[in-house]
Amino acid sequence: MTARVGVVTFPGSLDDRDALRAVKLAGAEPVALWHRDKDLHQVDAVVLPGGFSYGDYLRAGAISRFSPVMETIIEQAKAGMPVLGICNGFQVLTESHLLPGAMLRNNHLHFVCKDQKLRVENNTTAWTSDYAQGQEIMIPLKNMDGRFTADRRTIDELEAEGRVVFRYLDGNPNGSIDDIAGITNAAGNVVGLMPHPEHAVEPMIGTGGTDGTGFFTSIIKRLVNA
Amino acid sequence: MARVVVDVMLKPEILDPQGQAVQRALPRLGFEGIADVRQGKRFELEVEGPVDDAALARIHQAAETFLANTVIEDFVVRVEEGQ
Repeated sequence: MTARVGVVTFPGSLDDRDALRAVKLAGAEPVALWHRDKDLHQVDAVVLPGGFSYGDYLRAGAISRFSPVMETIIEQAKAGMPVLGICNGFQVLTESHLLPGAMLRNNHLHFVCKDQKLRVENNTTAWTSDYAQGQEIMIPLKNMDGRFTADRRTIDELEAEGRVVFRYLDGNPNGSIDDIAGITNAAGNVVGLMPHPEHAVEPMIGTGGTDGTGFFTSIIKRLVNA
Repeated sequence: MARVVVDVMLKPEILDPQGQAVQRALPRLGFEGIADVRQGKRFELEVEGPVDDAALARIHQAAETFLANTVIEDFVVRVEEGQ
């Protein structure tokens, strides 16, 4: 039996197909989930993909956060189900308060689209166990609202508890506090990051590497060993 | 129908690059003497029925959970008079 990993499609999601494909390439069974369907169809983990759900109206992720599927995901995530939020998915996770902080417009006000070097700062989460602690990886980054922010106390807490999972290297692309690219919750089952691992799983496209594959192989190991 | 206005602003400690871009453009257009600009959002809610304490409490709740993200934003709810 292999792991079933769901990927939610919201109106305005863009990277749901790539995420489903990455799940499949890693060896799990991809399951398409629909924003209006509360049923998670017996998946073992969920990916919230990138895009501009609901046109980013109000705030990025603010309307998706109240969609029917999110009711179940929030409940299950609190019970320990692994959830990965990529880009817009990360924004949905902060808006849902499954992760602390909030996302703001890039400090330079330009859309960013580039290959981004990251350092894996925590390889004990459900989604990063296949990386080495401190490993440097290159995956694409593309967003408008990527500036992670939180009050100083929250940041100090994240840093002290090792909950900063990824940090930008070679320059901060959006003005995020402490070069933070991704974080996790206290339990380590919910992870959010701005860059896109699902676009770096095949040598032929994207960065030309497969540095993103580890997210999807990590979760399979976690679920199969669970 | 009565109108209730919800003003949402980024908290003072949050950098507002949009406001800064507007502020920098003002002198170029000949509008001198503006030291700072902060950009926010204004929601106009047309309320069915009386705007009593219960209605205002509901709107306050909507503002707190949805219209504003209180991690980064402050909001003010007020009834617009004289319509």
